[in-house]
Amino acid sequence: MEFMAEHQPSKVHQPPEIIVLGPPSVFKLYYKQFSSRFRVLRPWESPLSLPRFLTAEAQNTQAALISDGIRLTSAVLHHLPSLRLVVATSAGINHIDLVECRRRGIAVANAASIFSADVADLAVGLLLDVLRRISAGNRFVKGGLWPMQEAYPLGFKLGGKKVGIVGLGSIGLYVAKRLEAFGCAISYSSRKEKPSVSYAFCPDICKLAANSDILVICCALTEQTHHMISREVLLALGKEGVLVNIARGAVVDEKELVSCLQSEEIGGAGLDVFENEPSVPKELHELNNVVMSPHCAVFTEESMRDLYELMCANLEAFFSNKPLLSLIPEE
Amino acid sequence: MENVGVLMTCSMSAYLEGELEKRFKLLRLWESNSKAQFLAGFGESIRAVVGDTKVGADAELIDGLPRLEIVASYSVGLDKVDLNKCKERGIRVTNTPDVLTDDVADVAIGLALATLRKICLADGFVRSGQWRNGDFELANKFSGKSIGIVGLGRIGTAIAKRAEAFGCSISYHSRTKKQNTNYKYYSNVVDLAANCEVLVVACALTNETRHIVNQEVIHALGPKGILINIGRGPLVDELKLISALREGRLAGAGLDVFENEPDINESFFGLQNVVLLPHVGTDTLETSKAMADLVVANLELHFLKKPPLTPVV
Repeated sequence: MEFMAEHQPSKVHQPPEIIVLGPPSVFKLYYKQFSSRFRVLRPWESPLSLPRFLTAEAQNTQAALISDGIRLTSAVLHHLPSLRLVVATSAGINHIDLVECRRRGIAVANAASIFSADVADLAVGLLLDVLRRISAGNRFVKGGLWPMQEAYPLGFKLGGKKVGIVGLGSIGLYVAKRLEAFGCAISYSSRKEKPSVSYAFCPDICKLAANSDILVICCALTEQTHHMISREVLLALGKEGVLVNIARGAVVDEKELVSCLQSEEIGGAGLDVFENEPSVPKELHELNNVVMSPHCAVFTEESMRDLYELMCANLEAFFSNKPLLSLIPEE
Repeated sequence: MENVGVLMTCSMSAYLEGELEKRFKLLRLWESNSKAQFLAGFGESIRAVVGDTKVGADAELIDGLPRLEIVASYSVGLDKVDLNKCKERGIRVTNTPDVLTDDVADVAIGLALATLRKICLADGFVRSGQWRNGDFELANKFSGKSIGIVGLGRIGTAIAKRAEAFGCSISYHSRTKKQNTNYKYYSNVVDLAANCEVLVVACALTNETRHIVNQEVIHALGPKGILINIGRGPLVDELKLISALREGRLAGAGLDVFENEPDINESFFGLQNVVLLPHVGTDTLETSKAMADLVVANLELHFLKKPPLTPVV
């Protein structure tokens, strides 16, 4: 009997097409790798406006990789009729019109909790810096001032302090776990009480601040949380209180924060985020009890590599009809 | 006890000075122009010395105090006290362990975070307005790194406990292997350094541990390695450290202590990848008070002919 081999028509393997909007930092860092695995549409390189570019080039594009600096509105989505997947490079997705995505059956994947450790680490690092004057001390020594000034101002002990965590999500929990090891007592406020944790729940933010030495902001920015850390909350935190914000600048009333710091109505602040980045109130530049970082809590080599791998894994799963790794479920 | 002559070696704490003044006849060594003259004039009246990490009780001082009964150090480290001389003369020595453990461990972790996450650089980047012109550089993650601790005493153990909450793995070197711990033990510092990413120096300074972090250890730690020193400056070969940092053979360092405080080697000043602190490991309001109270308690108990709380000799 003759053995008939199956005839496979030869196919030129085309990498799947994705459109990148932003572009996000992780794409810039891993440009070569992304470009070797996918055919990438790059609207920022085109002289055309975004809507024109999308109309001309992206009518058949099924997947998009977007930075959190891009607002993915229904108007933009309208120009992507074949879109079935949006991959966001952040955990927060308030820049994406989720309602419109659900209506169109577009799946959304985010960065899940891969950054949580790095963000929590920066919260602890900023807090230790404020309490123990690490950046100020470094400036003091490198300025050659140590031999001239015998008595350097004392810092404040972290152990035994009461920490109030605002928002006990993945990041808030990581912060709690770390600060417990330093001997801190943890309380929290959240939209809902979490029965699985042993920390004290305090839904009233003012009460939480009044009962805490340290307030760490770990919540998402929403209409409800906008300027939630008001003058009242700051005054409740008090003269020796320290505020740490690694969430979003607008959760804190920045004008009031600056005023309270200047009038010494709160003790200090560690801030990775601001209302009007990259602008930072210049009054903060002069204060030694404030430590600032340029919204860089997720920007470590390790997290960028983890993010690159997660983004690719989501895209490749999508193109092979396999389940996504970090799909945001319908609520 | 108001007639008991107590000598403070330097102005280590205004609070401590006040408390000693209330209870004893306090003399201040730093107010005198000449140690020799002071000893000639007042040596006979001194029964207690309160020293610290800057000015302790060396052989010369002890020899000049024939009625010295006790040295109460405002520190846990005793490298500035001539312990052998004290033993010979039957002089009591006390220090301030435990009350400062947490604060020193906190600074060790704070320095590790500041170094790996480039917090001081980031703060400078914002303060100088550079953020308006572009993004800050990438930093390195602390969580999950392997930590090697040189000296698993009270402070080393407290550092390990904190690092574990960040998902770090812990290994250590100590004079002897500790029985009640699951951390991995290395019998020498070179092997420890070769097998960790962050090396933390937390041991006491003795004749045996001088330059325990030497060229070989620095080489083993490697170009991605970070060194944190909250022990004593002379534990590290500073010149070798500086050239390794300059030449990229070590990624960074966080240092609270130096071989020559406060006139430290100025080559450190220009290094972007180091974080420097002016020996502030115990310098919090809360701990400096607790240390001072312990010094006073030790002295009072001694002069009431009761056993002191924290004797070493």
